[in-house]
Amino acid sequence: MEKPNRGLQILNIASAGLLVVATGLVFLYAPQERTMGEVQRIFYFHVPSAWVSFLAFLVTFVAGIAYLRGGNRRWDIVARSSVEVGLLFTVMTIITGSIWARPAWNTWWTWDPRLTTYTIMALIYVAYIMLRQGLEDPERRARFAAVYGIVGFISVPITFMSIRWWRTIHPVVIGSGSATAQGGFDMTSRMLVTFLFSLFTFTVLYFCFLANRVRLENLAERVEQLKAKLLSA
Amino acid sequence: MLRFPVERGETALSMTISMIETRSLTKNFGLQRVLRGVDLAVAPGEFVALMGPNGAGKTTLLRILATLARPSLGQARVAGFPLPAGAGEVRRRLGVVSHHPLLYGDLTAEENLLFYARMYGVRQRAQRLNTVLEQVGLAARRRDLVRTFSRGMQQRLAIARAVLHEPEVMLFDEPYTGLDQDACAMLDGVLRDVAARGRTVLMTTHDLARGLALADRMVILSRGVIAYSARRGEIDPATFGQTYASVVN
Amino acid sequence: MSEVSSQKPVVNSQTEPVAAAPRPAKWTASDYWRLATDFFRAAGAVVWKDLAAELRSKELLSAMLVFSLLVVLIFNFALELERSRATLATVVSGVLWVTFIFAGTIGLNRSLAMEKDRGSLDGLLLAPVDRSAIYFGKTAGNLLFMALVEVIILPLLSVLFNLSLLHPLLLLVVLLGTLGYAAVGTLLASMAIHSRARDVMLPILLFPVAIPVLVASVKASAAILAAAGWDEIGPWVNLLIGYDVIFVAVAFMVFDYVVEE
Repeated sequence: MEKPNRGLQILNIASAGLLVVATGLVFLYAPQERTMGEVQRIFYFHVPSAWVSFLAFLVTFVAGIAYLRGGNRRWDIVARSSVEVGLLFTVMTIITGSIWARPAWNTWWTWDPRLTTYTIMALIYVAYIMLRQGLEDPERRARFAAVYGIVGFISVPITFMSIRWWRTIHPVVIGSGSATAQGGFDMTSRMLVTFLFSLFTFTVLYFCFLANRVRLENLAERVEQLKAKLLSA
Repeated sequence: MLRFPVERGETALSMTISMIETRSLTKNFGLQRVLRGVDLAVAPGEFVALMGPNGAGKTTLLRILATLARPSLGQARVAGFPLPAGAGEVRRRLGVVSHHPLLYGDLTAEENLLFYARMYGVRQRAQRLNTVLEQVGLAARRRDLVRTFSRGMQQRLAIARAVLHEPEVMLFDEPYTGLDQDACAMLDGVLRDVAARGRTVLMTTHDLARGLALADRMVILSRGVIAYSARRGEIDPATFGQTYASVVN
Repeated sequence: MSEVSSQKPVVNSQTEPVAAAPRPAKWTASDYWRLATDFFRAAGAVVWKDLAAELRSKELLSAMLVFSLLVVLIFNFALELERSRATLATVVSGVLWVTFIFAGTIGLNRSLAMEKDRGSLDGLLLAPVDRSAIYFGKTAGNLLFMALVEVIILPLLSVLFNLSLLHPLLLLVVLLGTLGYAAVGTLLASMAIHSRARDVMLPILLFPVAIPVLVASVKASAAILAAAGWDEIGPWVNLLIGYDVIFVAVAFMVFDYVVEE
């Protein structure tokens, strides 16, 4: 198997490095939060993870449009890889969120708007993968997946709005001191630094996973082509 | 000589160009190459029988010409318009009969034709309906539900549907499939009178004898390329079967 | 390659073309008018065809109707449906919309599967009209079928729950919700029928995306039945309208890509 190209190798190493630094910051540099204690540190993994999952699905949305416009298969590979990586981060978000929720709200789960919408979004992308699996013709598969990626992505904000018009208990993090939000907090500068670094790390991690996944997919395609050549020769 | 019209809207009537033309037409389904560079030219008013074994790509070729599929590589033109860019214009001038009848069993013959007349924007609908029903010999059964029709009658109605908008080009995909002797004979007549009336026709068929009897030119598609093409006058019917066998194997 | 040797007379060189005229290079107002009439005539033809065929066979409507009745029945036993006035509005609203959504899913699935199985989808695609006219016609047809079922279910539920469901505002909400569901459902069903797991594919694709319709319709219906004020009903109606507009527009733009090959 050929080695990944220089750029990818650098990215892999850089991501690992950033992750180490970020973890260090989270546990050693960031101060302990007043009301929630140590468990609050999960926030530095949970929120970036959630943002990155949205980024992943945004990439799928854009890649879908690009594919429909141009017909270039690379966009389909990116879209499909992004969904898989996005689902990975989605699961991470939900798990870290649950771990945080138990001590903070005394429950593993709640049907508040953000969680509910987030779950629905996850279901949409699972459906995306199932749609792909049910279709054999690769060209049709790519087209339909692109269409569903577009429709799914557009529906998420609308879903959020519709569910939000119920009461929420999910903490509103950045800057708000609203009384109805339990578990919210204002960030000191050290927390902000840690948070932003963590966000940056997770974003780099996303691109690292995406690039590796795309590379795998390209290799798989080459194998298929070689197989086809052998069979027809 | 093959020339291409420069302006849209000019019909093929005024120029000596091909009504149907493909150049290096290629179609892939995933990694499987079905058409491998098909070069075909059908002159205006010509009746071409396209033959070949199963899997040669006949239906695929027809679907591309019918604008139902896009070519992977290469070019295709029908009635002077390129595909897939000019698909809308091509459809206006195209009549297609496939082995699916494309008819609605729960509607009457009349209602089926009326539906398609509306879809195609046919003017003077009532008159046109009467005319085509007469031409295919189904005027007496116009108020009957299509699901009560025999296969032969359905094919005739399908042809009526296909000529409703007076297309210049007609594509037939194995129209004789599932028909008995009498129905075949009847279809022969309808094809000659109705469909071939000066129109350009491309018909795929398994039936060598029928192809020889109806068409001006015989073309054999084998393994995704045109392997043989000859005009009726140049072919000896007695040995054509052997020629065919040697070409496809 | 062949030369033009046969000189058979060519069709329609002397008469005016029977089918609609081709598109001109420069568009004038009358060209746009003609385009619009072509579009609506084709869409109307599709609706008429679906309706006429369905009225003869009654396959679709009977399936949808019977299924709806069964759903209502199951709800009656599965959930102890209280008769207290306080929660009645919410409960009835919920039962109503679950019934419509399940029946609608059946209708959507079958309507498009039938076209594909009979190969008649090709017949539609061969016509020289915009693909979106086909989408429009199919959606309108599906909307009509769902509406026919709803027209029967609404009075029935009124009787069963002893609560009048024939409030004009409620009917408006039912219409808007059904439209949103049919609009997205027709688009997704057109994809789902090609899938291997065809029967389950549509619900899997459609339900998550149709949640806003469900939420807004249920909330609005409950508010209307509980005789609440406009500020409780209004936002939901606006959400429904917004959803309908957005998704019909999106469907128009992508439908071509779904039906081409």
